[in-house]
Amino acid sequence: MTEAAAPDHGFRTAWAAMLRTGHGAAVRPGVLNPLIARTADLLHRAAEEHPFRPELAGQVGALLIDNHFTDPQLLSDAVQLIQTRPVPDGRGPALSGAFAAGWAAALRERTLREQEAIRLAADTARQEVERALRVSEARFRALFESSAIGIGIGDTDGNILAVNRALGEIFGGGPEDMQGVRVNDLMHPEDTPGVWEAYEELIGGTREYFQFDKPYYRRDGEVVWTHLTVSLIRDDDGSPLYQVAMLEDVTDRYRLQERLRHQATHDPLTGLPNRAAFFERLERLFESPEPDARFGLCYVDLDGFKVVNDSLGHDMGDQLLTVVARRLESALSPLGHMVARLGGDEFVVLLENCRGEQEAVAAAKTVLAALTRPVVIGDHRLAVGASVGVLERRISSTTPGAAVRAADLTLYRAKEAGRGRWTLFDPKENARAVSRYAVSVRMPAALDRGEFFIDYQPMIDLSSGAMTGVEALVRWRDPQLGVLSPEEFVGVAEETGLIMPLGRWVLEQACEQAADWVARFGDRAPKVSVNLAVRQARNAGLVGDIDRILRSTGLDPSMLQLEITESTVVGPEDEALKALHALVDMGVSLAVDDFGTGWSNLAYLRDLPVSNLKIAGSFVGDLHDPAKDTHLGWRIVSGLVSLAHTLGLSVTAEGVESRADAERLRLMGCDLAQGWHFGRPVRPAEIARRIAEGDPDRTAELPAETGPGGVERRHAPLDAAPAARQLPVPGPDFADEPEIAPSAGPESAPGIGPESAPGTDREA
Amino acid sequence: MARPNWVPAGTDLDKPNAARVYDYYLGGSHNFEVDRRMARQAMELWPDLPKIMRANRAFLRRATQYVAADGISRYLDIGSGIPTFGAVHEVAREYRPDARVVYVDLDPVAVAHSRLILADDDLCQVVDADLRNTDDLLSRPEVEELLAPGEPVAVILNAVMHFVTDDDESAKILARLREALPSGSALILSHASLEGRPDQAGSHQDLYRATPTPLTMRSREQITAMFEGFDLVEPGVVYLPEWRPDDADTVDPHPERMTGMAGVGRLS
Repeated sequence: MTEAAAPDHGFRTAWAAMLRTGHGAAVRPGVLNPLIARTADLLHRAAEEHPFRPELAGQVGALLIDNHFTDPQLLSDAVQLIQTRPVPDGRGPALSGAFAAGWAAALRERTLREQEAIRLAADTARQEVERALRVSEARFRALFESSAIGIGIGDTDGNILAVNRALGEIFGGGPEDMQGVRVNDLMHPEDTPGVWEAYEELIGGTREYFQFDKPYYRRDGEVVWTHLTVSLIRDDDGSPLYQVAMLEDVTDRYRLQERLRHQATHDPLTGLPNRAAFFERLERLFESPEPDARFGLCYVDLDGFKVVNDSLGHDMGDQLLTVVARRLESALSPLGHMVARLGGDEFVVLLENCRGEQEAVAAAKTVLAALTRPVVIGDHRLAVGASVGVLERRISSTTPGAAVRAADLTLYRAKEAGRGRWTLFDPKENARAVSRYAVSVRMPAALDRGEFFIDYQPMIDLSSGAMTGVEALVRWRDPQLGVLSPEEFVGVAEETGLIMPLGRWVLEQACEQAADWVARFGDRAPKVSVNLAVRQARNAGLVGDIDRILRSTGLDPSMLQLEITESTVVGPEDEALKALHALVDMGVSLAVDDFGTGWSNLAYLRDLPVSNLKIAGSFVGDLHDPAKDTHLGWRIVSGLVSLAHTLGLSVTAEGVESRADAERLRLMGCDLAQGWHFGRPVRPAEIARRIAEGDPDRTAELPAETGPGGVERRHAPLDAAPAARQLPVPGPDFADEPEIAPSAGPESAPGIGPESAPGTDREA
Repeated sequence: MARPNWVPAGTDLDKPNAARVYDYYLGGSHNFEVDRRMARQAMELWPDLPKIMRANRAFLRRATQYVAADGISRYLDIGSGIPTFGAVHEVAREYRPDARVVYVDLDPVAVAHSRLILADDDLCQVVDADLRNTDDLLSRPEVEELLAPGEPVAVILNAVMHFVTDDDESAKILARLREALPSGSALILSHASLEGRPDQAGSHQDLYRATPTPLTMRSREQITAMFEGFDLVEPGVVYLPEWRPDDADTVDPHPERMTGMAGVGRLS
């Protein structure tokens, strides 16, 4: 640089500018600047020094290549620039030539070097990949060969190409035994429907994989169950290439499942399908029925099975059931019907694809016929009959649950109608029974849940107008059915036996309440009157129960009256009579409720230790029936009053709705009265209020009547009281529940009793 | 379906490869006929391509100098390709002789080549990983080691994000990288752009469609969005030659001809 800087200053500037553009822009200054200086110096020396050393220009070309100035455009630019530099003694062409040759030679070297480097890199990469592939393949091979899962590879034509050891073992041989086997050879009659369709789709390329539990025949002929997964492998273009099957031997699990399934779906005693299996089959029938498909149910219950069981023992009962099951099975299965045991002595016959009522009835007749012959067990010839409820419907018209319930209720009707017969489902009967059914299934839990409560209806001494007694009336507030009156559930309670705990509960509650009033109001406290169901009266524990209750509540026995019906005692030898005497001895008083509605045996009435007759509300109610003779009505009532007085009994008139009636009853000597006129059944707090305020003489004070049976009249007693106090009276909840309308209980067995006022249903 | 980690990637030398094509544009010979054929085809359509690639390389050089001068001595060069000249460690070490660089590429040949030339450099590592599998990339021991001390790291995504086709995916990748970076780190990014030569964009993308790495050009707005979470260093996202030129006078009067756009962001 120091030598002759001035003469080639222009060249140096142009040289530097050339190297800074293009590729030079990407070269860092720390490299580029020394390069520019170095090459300019070398060119200067080549041009000026003696002797002439053209190889110095060659070095410049090589230096440029070394720094990646490989663009041929640069060579062209550089040669032209070198040509413009003044050079002594004609060195110019040689100088340019040497530079170009140095550049080209270095480029060739560099190119070859880089080619070699990239080849080496490519080889290295390929070797690396190959090594990795080998490792990977070794892994796969190990996976394939030592896998516990059977793996097989086949082509899309169904030829099995390779299988592993585990697969060979599943088939009871070695991998070599699968040579030449085709996938289609592996069909099994128990193959899940759809498995081969899925297979066709897979090898056809329209499905990527499928999974099934599939059975295969082993080489020894045994069946092996496998969990099979088949996947499709495609080539790079996406065409199906291979199928890979993975099989897991699940035979043990399958067998266990089968056994558990059989156990879960079959009755161990008879071997028939059980309740669960029946419902499963029934529900499957309902899953996607043809529009007009019909089905039939015969609900079968043996007549008198309980007697066999109780008198001859459970073993005998079980043997009987086994024989019955066998007979039903052999009579009905050939017809294509399913026979199941639902439990106890209940069986059911399911007719799928039923052609009509006739077929269902025919099945029922077949059931009865199969059981006509006596069953011989040991020394016993057991005449066993059955009742059958027959239901035949279009599937789309009902649900499995409703159908079974309806068939059960129809069976119940067959039993009621006198056993040994079949009864056909009747929608009207069914609707009635369904409500009873609803009540019966809900009631047991209701008692536990505290859904029952007691209202009290005043009983008035007609001569003084004082409230001397109250009748306890049980109510049930069911979360779904609303508030039910006794008519709606007492009958069912009697049938189911729930009347016993319920009756005891009512007695406890009423006595506790009465004792509370005595404690608070002394002499002004009313006597409490509680209805006693027939079954309660016949229960041996009744006297003990009442004694215990009186003791625990501290209620004076004279403050308790029990109301029984005429049918409670049916004869002088009746056990119930003893209990009633014991109660009266204890100090409890008895009343005959609903007198005059049953076939009263006046002779027994004389023997009954009762002190009060309650004339049924219908007698007073009839006085306002335009279709009935009012005069005669009054004479009957009057006669009943005289009769009672003749027998030395006091008389209570029920269903008194007007002041006029009350007055007339008082005049004819009737002792007590109850009914809407004197107050409807209310919560205990309302009774307490009336005691506290001093019960006014209703006969004198109440407003005049508006007419018979009118709403105003019905509300009259409460109109006199502040509105807020009406609240605890059971409200209209029940009216919101139209779907299940509880039917009235048996008319003759009011048990815990309807209130002595016209229809609770009116209130509802 | 994604390739499981334990199944090796293939090397298909019958297909052009972005790293080797790039090398050819830059006047290198680390390429095969198949790469050159594609490059020549592209240059026929767009003769400026070598210049654009050189401009991109020059940007990387300037950006690296910028962050190195600012004290960053750790670099993660993702999509490093075949660094024939002006490799990041060479540029950075002019300012930070202790500069460490982890080069990342998914092309096995590029990786093998980088390993060959960097075999003797203890401060440089080469990792074969896929940017799109960001978690895997970040969990490589070499990368973890680079990030571990919590010192600022410059992540270089030089002409690589345009190989990530999906916008959502590219946003996720950048977010994941950003989360992993210590404060004070930098993002150096350049990207093929739709701006400047929209007439060329279509045919160029078509060419890359045949490679294992199809190319997606993006707008300035989309490229700027990639710096989300970073503070863009002046002059922001600009055409390659416009980013802090050595000498403002030497910038080509038509920087838009160098259609790539680039920028540098810092993480506060």
